[in-house]
Amino acid sequence: MQLGVDVGGTNTDAALLAGGAVIASIKTPTTADIGSGIVRAIREVLRVSALPHDRIDTVVIGTTQFTNAFVERRRLNPVGVIRLCLPAARDLAPMSAWPDDLRGAIGDHTWLLPGGYEFDGREIAPFDERAVRAAVQAIKARGLRAVAVSCVCSPINGAMEQRVGKIVAEEIPDAAVTLSGEIGKIGLVERENAAIMNASMASLSKHVVGAIRDALRSLGITAPFHLSQNDGTLMSADHVERYPVLTFSSGPTNSMRGAAFLSGVRDGIVVDIGGTTTDVGALINGYPRELTLPVDVGGVRTNFRMPDVVSVGLGGGSIVREQSALTIGPDSVGFRLTEEARVFGGETLTATDIVVAAGLEDIGDRSRVASLDPSLIDRALNLMNRTVEDVIDQVKTQAGNVPIVLVGGGSIIVSAKLQGAERVVVPEHSAEANAIGAAMAQVGGVVDKVYSYRDKPRKISINQAKIDAVERVILAGGDPAGIEIVELEEVPLTYSGNDSVRIRVKAVSDLLHPDSNLAVAANG
Amino acid sequence: MVDGTRLTLGVADLADFVRGAAFMGAGGGGDPYIGYLLLQQQMRESGRLQIVSASQLDEEDFIVPVGCMGAPTVMTEKIPSIGALETALGTLEQLQGRKATAIIPLEIGGINATVPLVLAARRGLPVVNGDGMGRAFPEIQMVTFGAYGCPISPVVVTNETDDVVIVHSRDNKQGEDLARSVVTQMGGMAQISLYPMSGGDVRRTCVPDTLTLALAIGRAIGGASASGRDPFTALFKTLDRCEPARDYRVLFDGKVVDVRRETRGGFNVGVVSLNGLDGGRGQFEVHFQNENTVAYRDGRIVAVVPDIIAVLDRDTAEPITAEQVRYGQRVKVLGVTVPERMTTAAALEVFGPGAFSIDAAYRPLWQLAG
Repeated sequence: MQLGVDVGGTNTDAALLAGGAVIASIKTPTTADIGSGIVRAIREVLRVSALPHDRIDTVVIGTTQFTNAFVERRRLNPVGVIRLCLPAARDLAPMSAWPDDLRGAIGDHTWLLPGGYEFDGREIAPFDERAVRAAVQAIKARGLRAVAVSCVCSPINGAMEQRVGKIVAEEIPDAAVTLSGEIGKIGLVERENAAIMNASMASLSKHVVGAIRDALRSLGITAPFHLSQNDGTLMSADHVERYPVLTFSSGPTNSMRGAAFLSGVRDGIVVDIGGTTTDVGALINGYPRELTLPVDVGGVRTNFRMPDVVSVGLGGGSIVREQSALTIGPDSVGFRLTEEARVFGGETLTATDIVVAAGLEDIGDRSRVASLDPSLIDRALNLMNRTVEDVIDQVKTQAGNVPIVLVGGGSIIVSAKLQGAERVVVPEHSAEANAIGAAMAQVGGVVDKVYSYRDKPRKISINQAKIDAVERVILAGGDPAGIEIVELEEVPLTYSGNDSVRIRVKAVSDLLHPDSNLAVAANG
Repeated sequence: MVDGTRLTLGVADLADFVRGAAFMGAGGGGDPYIGYLLLQQQMRESGRLQIVSASQLDEEDFIVPVGCMGAPTVMTEKIPSIGALETALGTLEQLQGRKATAIIPLEIGGINATVPLVLAARRGLPVVNGDGMGRAFPEIQMVTFGAYGCPISPVVVTNETDDVVIVHSRDNKQGEDLARSVVTQMGGMAQISLYPMSGGDVRRTCVPDTLTLALAIGRAIGGASASGRDPFTALFKTLDRCEPARDYRVLFDGKVVDVRRETRGGFNVGVVSLNGLDGGRGQFEVHFQNENTVAYRDGRIVAVVPDIIAVLDRDTAEPITAEQVRYGQRVKVLGVTVPERMTTAAALEVFGPGAFSIDAAYRPLWQLAG
């Protein structure tokens, strides 16, 4: 039996799955300390299912805690930064474009040292062990306990970064070290940013993972637990403790994965309507389509794999107004829906009131919206549908009608007859799609490397990349029988004399033994 | 208003400027973000850039184009070296026995629109408001400087380890070929200075006011998006006000359904295929060699070099480089004509369809796209 928990900003949801079916799912408010909310959610879902906790084989947690902490600059620790690059890449200092408040939180402790690689693998300069050791000792003397290491072309060769990691471990045994090549792809600035962001959350990740551990222990749950990462694949708790940045954006991913699972739709559009916003994304092969252009998170440029989700300010709590024209949202009564909406005794006309007035749902006190102008109700319903239809059209990956999966607590506000839909599916348990998506996360393996088509022809190079990705999935505990290649991308390196091409392959699979310990999920 | 004589560029303008440079890059020129960071850092130190109009240059002025040559992807790892760029300029000054009085970008596309400005700011030199391509092209002989008789040599190629290679070539294309083999040995990216020119040469040969145009285009797109207006309307308004006027056409509105890329002769060569959003509006293809070179609708050419073919996000109008184009993106493809100086017989000889092995004569957008 798998337990999925989604710790969001407003709600903590829990879901139990067994044998490919949802047994129970519930929603509770998130608490400030995280842990007590998780405890309550798990107790509740176990109570509803009437099953004992020792039947739980694996626990998967999805959380936006790290994203929120970074965006709000909460509880970040200072970081020592070492970049191996000299004499190259010295004209752009680490964190040079970061917002000042963020740099203030992380400090100015950076060292540029000799090292790094050319694209063809040659060393830019030899590794300088003495210089590295001196930098690490200075980091120690400044009392820093988090270190980020970057190196030119480390996605091609991680050896130099690893040597720095070893030296840090020798000199500062209690330090948390982030090696950029282990979490980012080609693009020094973005990859180094990710490493520094990650290192800045070292103490927070200990706290959050610790709180989850304690919550599970206090419930007597001994099953191993994992967290879901931004692309919907699993990471072990230990891995998250080291790489919290990889959980960024896992919320929308989980809801889309959950929607795919609940509906059986592999290729289509997921519409997740909450209280304030509607998030719409495309499913390709059961996974969210990812963003292609780099995005800023909390003011910092990153190139994480993130779902390509278009958001619009429309949800169950969206405020309905008619002045010169009818508008719905983008502002919302949010979590105060059950006090402020008309049907709950409040004075604000919301999207939910419209649906109740139209007789499509029976929530709260229907008599409080009985006097609404029928034409207003009609036009509001139309506007809500049209708004969602417009976003769906933007997100579509292919012409023609596609299956649409509606999830989220606010999905009642649109009709099941949307334009552009081949069919609209509103699966059972759709309000807790996030937690369900977390519970059924898969293991993934990514290879992102430069190959020379002159040395190894295209077909052989691509095959090699696929084999490496598959190997990483198996190492991470994936079922060798069900491995799928979900991404394949080539980028030729212009002007290089040996037909170099960057190939990125991602393979995924279900967990082979859901109850076994996961090896560290491999990600290039 | 697009007016080349009174341009100033402050730190607050940079995001718009690099967005416009990415647009002018016609899909090439590399990731403008690194160039943006370098310029922002330099200008915070040294303040505003001094920009001069080409028409204000004297015969006695000594103008040097500088830039980066190499794979855009390599530039995102090794980061262009402004020190090496300074060496490239210094070496050329030594060879010519005189100090540069201004710098001009080789091309106004991508990273090469900003890196020369970084060097100018560092050296306290003015930048000429113009460039040698009016866009980006893949090869260093594909410039108006060369088309109108300025020799490429000497080409100075430098890297971060202070290696300096000086190429004297029999012609401009040979200069490209020799420099490229050096760039490959230097790790796929190098800093260069070339085409040493007098102020008169630049006046006579450059594509003027392209810095102004890049800023205006970037500002139109960015400003409209930020204030909720349609970025395409704002972009078109800017192109309408251009001096000389630019013609433009939305060549296609659709989704990327296939991207085929291969490396041929050291270039990033490929085809982007698009389908109309409703499925019923035909087939569209954009061919690229680093930069977008020709666009076909239902097999018929609708735009060709040197006219600019830009692939833009269909909602935000943000330019998408050829390396960033991916399956599934929703885009509009825009064609924009170039100034007359770029479409003469001499110019078409170096960067017209024939220079890209495209079997068609150049015809401007308004004749092709209808």
